[in-house]
Amino acid sequence: MNVETLTTLTVYGLADGAVLALAALGFVLIYKATQVINFAQGEFLLIGGYTFYAAFVLFGLPTTVAVLFGVVVAVALGVVVERFVLRPLVGESAISVIMVTVGLAAVLRGVMQLIFGVQARQMPAVLPAGTVEVLGARLPLNRLLVLVVAAVVLIAFALFFRRSRHGVAMRAVADDQQAALTMGISARRVFAMSWALAAVSALVAGVLLADITAVTPDLVSFGLLVFPVVILGGLDSVAGTIVGGIIIGLSEQFVSGFYDPGFAQIVPFILLVVILMVRPYGLFGQVRIERV
Amino acid sequence: MTLRDRSPATPEGAHQASSGGDPVLRLHNIEVIYDRVVLALRGVSIEVAEGTIAALLGPNGAGKSTTLKAVSGLLPTERGEISDGHIRFCDRDVTHLDAAARVRLGISLCMEGRHVFKHLTVADNLAAGAYTRGTASREDLDLVYEYFPRLVGLRRRAAGYLSGGEQQQLVIGRAMMARPSLLMLDEPSLGLAPTLVEDIFGYIARLNRELGTTVLVIEQNARQALEVAHRGYVMEQGRIVLEGSAAQLRNNPDVKEFYLGLGEHGRRKSYRDVKHYKRRKHWL
Ligand SMILES: Nc1ncnc2c1ncn2[C@@H]1O[C@H](COP(=O)(O)OP(=O)(O)OP(=O)(O)O)[C@@H](O)[C@H]1O
Ligand SMILES: [Mg+2]
Repeated sequence: MNVETLTTLTVYGLADGAVLALAALGFVLIYKATQVINFAQGEFLLIGGYTFYAAFVLFGLPTTVAVLFGVVVAVALGVVVERFVLRPLVGESAISVIMVTVGLAAVLRGVMQLIFGVQARQMPAVLPAGTVEVLGARLPLNRLLVLVVAAVVLIAFALFFRRSRHGVAMRAVADDQQAALTMGISARRVFAMSWALAAVSALVAGVLLADITAVTPDLVSFGLLVFPVVILGGLDSVAGTIVGGIIIGLSEQFVSGFYDPGFAQIVPFILLVVILMVRPYGLFGQVRIERV
Repeated sequence: MTLRDRSPATPEGAHQASSGGDPVLRLHNIEVIYDRVVLALRGVSIEVAEGTIAALLGPNGAGKSTTLKAVSGLLPTERGEISDGHIRFCDRDVTHLDAAARVRLGISLCMEGRHVFKHLTVADNLAAGAYTRGTASREDLDLVYEYFPRLVGLRRRAAGYLSGGEQQQLVIGRAMMARPSLLMLDEPSLGLAPTLVEDIFGYIARLNRELGTTVLVIEQNARQALEVAHRGYVMEQGRIVLEGSAAQLRNNPDVKEFYLGLGEHGRRKSYRDVKHYKRRKHWL
């Protein structure tokens, strides 16, 4: 083991972890505000990647405009899903809601395949290629930039929750819906906002991922990694999501680099099972305050 | 003016408030049904004059909380609905307005059982209270911290860890952040030690005096409530059975006996006596 490999694997792991955290953030948002377990988060990621691809490559829009287009589509997707799929289910059992999001995932995936087919699409790289040298390791610039972009977006989301009026409103609704209503905070609006933001964070993750890999239906499988991340971090913790993402990203890269790339793919799920056994509420799951 | 007996369907406008201006809040013959079968209010009419404190008294299950939920628009969240009558606030019909819109109009409710946002800090609870006004302004925050200095040191603490008295202060402060013109409080003294209860009513009186906020407060402790209120309403089984100025109610023999615990035998009556009393339908 040398410093060079170590640095390379760390950067790759951090970049993967940051993207994972972004993908998982949406999941946590929805769960925190609405207690819905969204099995379609991977599909949001897929749609994000393809929407950007369509805008950037097929319509030939400039990068920033293509990103904005992606954001608009993501917001619309989130709002429509909340309004027409989830809202009619208010009051249904958790398991029926889960089954509906599983169904929704299948429908969204099917629609994307109908439109774009199953072939991988090549997309000209958005992030600059080339390498930089860090600690003797030659690192691809685009990985580093993925890490930077994901970190910036994560920080922006975190600040939004901590500080902004709507962030406070979302946390208030997650805490006590009826009390929030007496402050004039409408749960419906907050639910719609959670779904929209979830789709936007998935969009960013999808675009970053598509840029370093390719635009393929396989993007969904990356979405599956959301589950180990959120179980590790605790379903309702934004900070936990980030730590969970990084742990999963790093462990996958290290196992792949030092042991076996095939085995690395199942490492996240081994972690998932272990965490479920020893700490089912995750590393950062909210301690419920029960004092009256 | 003598205390009137009143039937449930008394037409509105038959009395004037003891002090203050025109009625800001006017409930006319409100009927509320839960789950389409439980009739909780059977024609409630209440008027609260601008700048006054009105107290709503009555035994458990009388419909006091339901009345406040009807005014604040919370009934739909509990599968309840206003099936008859109307509510006017500042000369606007708000009977079927949604809850958020009522807060924007200036109606705030502190629910029974406090309902702080447990996992949010004290500061974030106050910020949530300012939601309808955009972000929390410096002046509003300063005012709340001036009323409740205890909260200053607790700003970064999760509200769930506060004591009952501190939580009650927080809940009132949080409601103040919306700058309501009508503040409704559902049993703010619930579960608090007697000295704290006095403090809470002190805050309510001060709010009313200094900010001109109109107040409608539910209270089990009639003596405490009638000390600060200008006017009182007594509810039983979904109806207003007695109303009058605070002084009139304090001196009313029935109120004395059943709500102030000053019966002729000098002991507090139990609800069994109240039931027996109701059978005589003296007030109806
Ligand atoms: N969500 C609900 N669904 C069905 N019935 C309800 C509901 N809420 C209240 N009720 C009924 O309506 C009646 C009035 O209840 P309400 O809570 O208004 O009484 P209250 O005067 O506030 O009593 P307390 O002093 O115990 O708080 C009661 O008979 C109660 O059982
Ligand atoms: Mg009550």
